[in-house]
Amino acid sequence: MNESPASSSETPMVRFERVSKRYGALTVLDQLDLDVASGEKVAIIGPSGSGKTTVLRVLMALERIDDGVIHIDGEPLTHMPQGDGLVPADARHLRKMRSHIGMVFQHFNLFPHMSAVQNCMEAPMSVLGLGKEEAHTRAAELLTMVGLADKLDHHPAQLSGGQQQRVAIARALAMRPRVMLFDEVTSALDPELCGEVLNVIRELGSAHQLTMLMVTHQMGFAREFADRVCFFDAGRIAEQGSPEELFGNPQHERTQQFLRAVMEAI
Amino acid sequence: MPANRTGPTGSSPAAGALAAVAILGFAGGLLVSSFAGFRDFLPELLRGAATTVQVAAGGSLVAVVAALLATTARLYAPLPLRWLAVAYVELFRGTSALVQLFWLFFVLPMLGISLSPMTAGIAALGLNIGAYGSEVMRGAIEAVPRGQWEAASALNLGRFRTLRRIVLPQAFVAMIPPWGNLFIELLKATSLVSLITLSDLAFKAQQLNQTTLRTVEIFGIVLLIYLALSLLVTLAMRALERRAGRRLLRGKEAR
Ligand SMILES: Nc1ncnc2c1ncn2[C@@H]1O[C@H](COP(=O)(O)OP(=O)(O)O)[C@@H](O)[C@H]1O
Ligand SMILES: [Mg+2]
Repeated sequence: MNESPASSSETPMVRFERVSKRYGALTVLDQLDLDVASGEKVAIIGPSGSGKTTVLRVLMALERIDDGVIHIDGEPLTHMPQGDGLVPADARHLRKMRSHIGMVFQHFNLFPHMSAVQNCMEAPMSVLGLGKEEAHTRAAELLTMVGLADKLDHHPAQLSGGQQQRVAIARALAMRPRVMLFDEVTSALDPELCGEVLNVIRELGSAHQLTMLMVTHQMGFAREFADRVCFFDAGRIAEQGSPEELFGNPQHERTQQFLRAVMEAI
Repeated sequence: MPANRTGPTGSSPAAGALAAVAILGFAGGLLVSSFAGFRDFLPELLRGAATTVQVAAGGSLVAVVAALLATTARLYAPLPLRWLAVAYVELFRGTSALVQLFWLFFVLPMLGISLSPMTAGIAALGLNIGAYGSEVMRGAIEAVPRGQWEAASALNLGRFRTLRRIVLPQAFVAMIPPWGNLFIELLKATSLVSLITLSDLAFKAQQLNQTTLRTVEIFGIVLLIYLALSLLVTLAMRALERRAGRRLLRGKEAR
């Protein structure tokens, strides 16, 4: 018997197990199951309000979940083992689990009072304990990688949106995460600036063993870049598959509707 | 936020005008007083002013420290500390500075704690203004966008580290103008310390007035000294605001 492909015999890098998230009476994630293999690139698409951002936010431990368990590389994120069972994670456990994950936000959220290189040095120095020189070297390397070698000492206000977002990517990478989360990272950008950011992500994908989850409205990019596309609807994955399957031959009526609406908008 | 952005750049002409008013006012004052009570009263009044400045400077320092501690405790400390901080703010905002001064100077000794007049004056006025300052700080901190906290959290920065390195530097700029007002309030309130035996500017003025009855000259000089001091505070705060604002938004136009 060797029917199983490599990915299913390994521990998934990210596993959502019947995860629910509610805001009052509103159920935003509804018993969500999702496995992401190590190194896999998953694009998350779906209508506004379907819970896409929430998936990333609970994975980043910015929000607590109400039900279910999230595992990162086999270890529970929001819970920790104690005795026979699992108890809610304490701050230390959360910090440890967060260190595996990096996130890039729609609105960059750079620190406006720090230069690009300082933005990328702050956390490595205070969280990882890197020395100033080492942190600077690491930050400069990453900023060079995202094409900003000449902007190290610029403050966010001196950079274009595309440049700011690339700094934000470098800032997250400086913590050496194993999973990167991208939440509509080009939505706040002028169309002509999207390309430079997507190129950086493309390069990251081909050069690193990073696991990536990206929420995006750029269907072209999702199609070309992702190993798998998940279509979200009302807090669940309504349909998922390879880009060819999902874009070429969507099965679910909601997926067809959504894709039609997106294509018309272009 | 937009208000801050225009503030630092728009304030230079205003600051210049202020400086002009300050210098003209002070020079004019000296001129007037040189005709009249200048030689007789100025040395004594300046000695009083030194005490006033001492109380105001010490009080400002206490106010900033008290406000910082109270704000941090109210926003981020465990419950009992949080209650303590809330109690402090409400108590010192809800009673008058005069009553607080009397408590520190006349009541505390009965409980076995004796403070010198200077210490009591600095502590009372500092704690009083600090309570208002805590409200100012809280507002400025809460005005920093939530995304800053989230970005810091995603980078695994701790709560205090985030506050100190990310949030406070941004809140700082927004705090400067209201703190300028508070410092001037404090300066004006220093006249209360004459009631606990300190010979500040207001006390000296009254004393001289009682012995010489040259009321107009004495209080003319006193008015000018207070005005000069508060203009000095305003100018210093403007300069600070410009500097801090420039740091935060360096080269906004240089895109
Ligand atoms: N902090 C919050 N409080 C209440 N409702 C929220 C909050 N955050 C998100 N929601 C709601 O949860 C739903 C899903 O949000 P989100 O995950 O941001 O959707 P998407 O990213 O797919 O557009 C939306 O209806 C949104 O209004
Ligand atoms: Mg969203």
